[in-house]
Amino acid sequence: MEKRVVFQSRWLPYALVAPQLAVTLVFFFWPASQALYWSLLIQDAFAARTQFVWFDNFRDLFNDPHYIASFQVTAVFSILVTVIGLAIALLLAVFADRVVRGAKVYKTLLIWPYAVAAAVAAVLWVFLLNPTLGVLTHLLRALGYDWNYLLNARQALILIVITAVWKQISYNFLFFLAGLQSVPKSLIEAAAIDGAGPARRFWTIVFPLLSPTTFFLLVVNIVYAFFDTFAIVDAATSGGPVQATAILVFKVYQDGVQALDLGGSAAQSVVLMAIVIALTVAQFRFVERRVQY
Amino acid sequence: MHNRMPGLARAIVAAALLGLATQAQAVTEIQWWHSMTGKLNDIVTDIATKFNASQTDYKVTPIYKGQYDESMTAAIAAYRSGNPPQIVQVFEVGTATMMAAKGAVKPVYQLMAEQHEKFDPKVFLGAVYSYYSDTSGNLISMPFNSSTQVLYVNDDAFKKAGLDPNNPPKTWPEVEQAAAKLKASGAPCGFTTGWQSWVQLESFSAWHNVPFASQENGLGGPGTRLEFNGPVQVKHIQNLADWAKKGEFTYKGRKDEPLAAFTSGECGMITTSSGSYANIKANAKFAWRVATLPYYADVKGAPQNTVIGGATLWVLNQKNPEMYKGIAKFFTYLSSPEVQEKWHADTGYVPITVTAYDLAKKNGLYTERPGFDIAIKELTNKPPTANSKGLRLGNFVQIRNIIDEELESVWSGQKNAKQALDEAVKRGNEQLDRFDKANM
Repeated sequence: MEKRVVFQSRWLPYALVAPQLAVTLVFFFWPASQALYWSLLIQDAFAARTQFVWFDNFRDLFNDPHYIASFQVTAVFSILVTVIGLAIALLLAVFADRVVRGAKVYKTLLIWPYAVAAAVAAVLWVFLLNPTLGVLTHLLRALGYDWNYLLNARQALILIVITAVWKQISYNFLFFLAGLQSVPKSLIEAAAIDGAGPARRFWTIVFPLLSPTTFFLLVVNIVYAFFDTFAIVDAATSGGPVQATAILVFKVYQDGVQALDLGGSAAQSVVLMAIVIALTVAQFRFVERRVQY
Repeated sequence: MHNRMPGLARAIVAAALLGLATQAQAVTEIQWWHSMTGKLNDIVTDIATKFNASQTDYKVTPIYKGQYDESMTAAIAAYRSGNPPQIVQVFEVGTATMMAAKGAVKPVYQLMAEQHEKFDPKVFLGAVYSYYSDTSGNLISMPFNSSTQVLYVNDDAFKKAGLDPNNPPKTWPEVEQAAAKLKASGAPCGFTTGWQSWVQLESFSAWHNVPFASQENGLGGPGTRLEFNGPVQVKHIQNLADWAKKGEFTYKGRKDEPLAAFTSGECGMITTSSGSYANIKANAKFAWRVATLPYYADVKGAPQNTVIGGATLWVLNQKNPEMYKGIAKFFTYLSSPEVQEKWHADTGYVPITVTAYDLAKKNGLYTERPGFDIAIKELTNKPPTANSKGLRLGNFVQIRNIIDEELESVWSGQKNAKQALDEAVKRGNEQLDRFDKANM
């Protein structure tokens, strides 16, 4: 007796996946292929003249030392945002998991920042840390620390990292909390009976069991840092001082949307796309091996 | 059931016909995409409402389309999809992009001539008119909101420092002396500047009658080279850097952010847009005044005239020629002395015509608000020269970003003025090459 369900029709399976395929094609592959095509064009804003220039846009990009420099900024920024964001969220999730009274309130409050738009989040932190008006600036000055991210490259980077991390912590927190709640209590109790302290229980049992969640968040956070942070940079620092916070995706936005250099901007997004594809493949090949499902 | 469908179809046809009929009788709608927010948005709506009430053939509909770069991008996207608005407000840095789009825009001088609207270039303020004309002196886009750079002085801080606010600094060396005294009196900051590229390089060059770029600052078309690394500009930026080191000049940001440092009382002086008048009036809790933009007395020909900033109204090419008549009539209404004088008084932007300026004088606007006319006096100080008509650079948005970046490297002490301006010119020229490549 056949236990599996078998589709008799030849076209039904295709029909069933068609909507999904259509969405993927229209919303992902079509724009991506357009970006690829446009990166080979030089066009004026009104599309009155379009020239096919092969790889001129890419040559211009890689001949520009400032573009090369923004790779380094992006790398530092992405690593900081991902590592700090994951670490703090994990810490908060572990705490929240142990809270007995008022747990709901605590968890709800932690989720709030995720609902704040990136540009608003940036404005919020700028108000706190503005060299002229910032509340925290006055506090830092009182402590004898000169805070002025308008001219200090390191402080500008700190500002956008804080904002980007703050906004993403809620998301990470939710996933970590769900992951923690699915760790079997019996394992932890057994370890406790064997005399393992809380720290040891965490590192030898909980953390390895969380690894699928951590891996998922690692991929998501890197993509977030690479793509979703341009509004923060735009609202907080506009890439300055000099180019200290000009991450790659911000330059894509600036050149394409603000400055209407469509070819140059498309070439930059192709480069960005290549980097993220390479990073994601690398993560799946090398990091995922250490994940225990 | 079978009878029902044709019935429905008939109803649809009837409704469609009715719709067509109403459309034919209705007034022609002219869409005006703009970037004016808050109170300015109300004033724009008011202008359109009054124009609509003044006649029955056309209806101007103002639509807020986001900030300057957003509304420009939106208009270009609409044009590319074949459904452009009739009028779009574009900021001054977008001028070269709009002007290069021959076939996409309808030059204002042509529009007015074709529609037989009365149009006299001589009534416009010279510095306003020249910024938006071609090399033969034909106006391409309709000036709307224009401002220029002035010096604002905190009278209370001046008195506290033992300075005479009735005698504000006229030259840059005097600004430095005043800033030093302000510092000595305990002020945290002597002076700052908004819009550093616009104030300290673009208008600074015009004010001292030295070129910012070749080909009449780019007005002469493609092949323009940047020239703002000349000795006058280098000396000024180096001075600012030296004063920054002494704490007399404080950098507060690229755009309008520095204004808050003045209105909060932190900085005793600021050079920024004349359009900030209303904002300072609303927020400053101290006595203050407007003064003329400083200059270097030892530069020959200074002060010349300042350049404007702001936005103009561009007419996009229309399939329906009927539209042009309405747009031309609206422009005539918009540039009438009464509308301009009210716009000037309500917003703080300069009036675009001499007749509106005269009307404002007659109405006693400047006795009521001292210093409100300094911007106009600067713009009309002398007839504009090749160095002071205005600027028209391709990829100007990127060039301003480059200038901002290089100036920041001066204020933070990484480079000296000469190195930074040389580098900015080199990088800016690459942007000009890119623009020429896309548009030639």
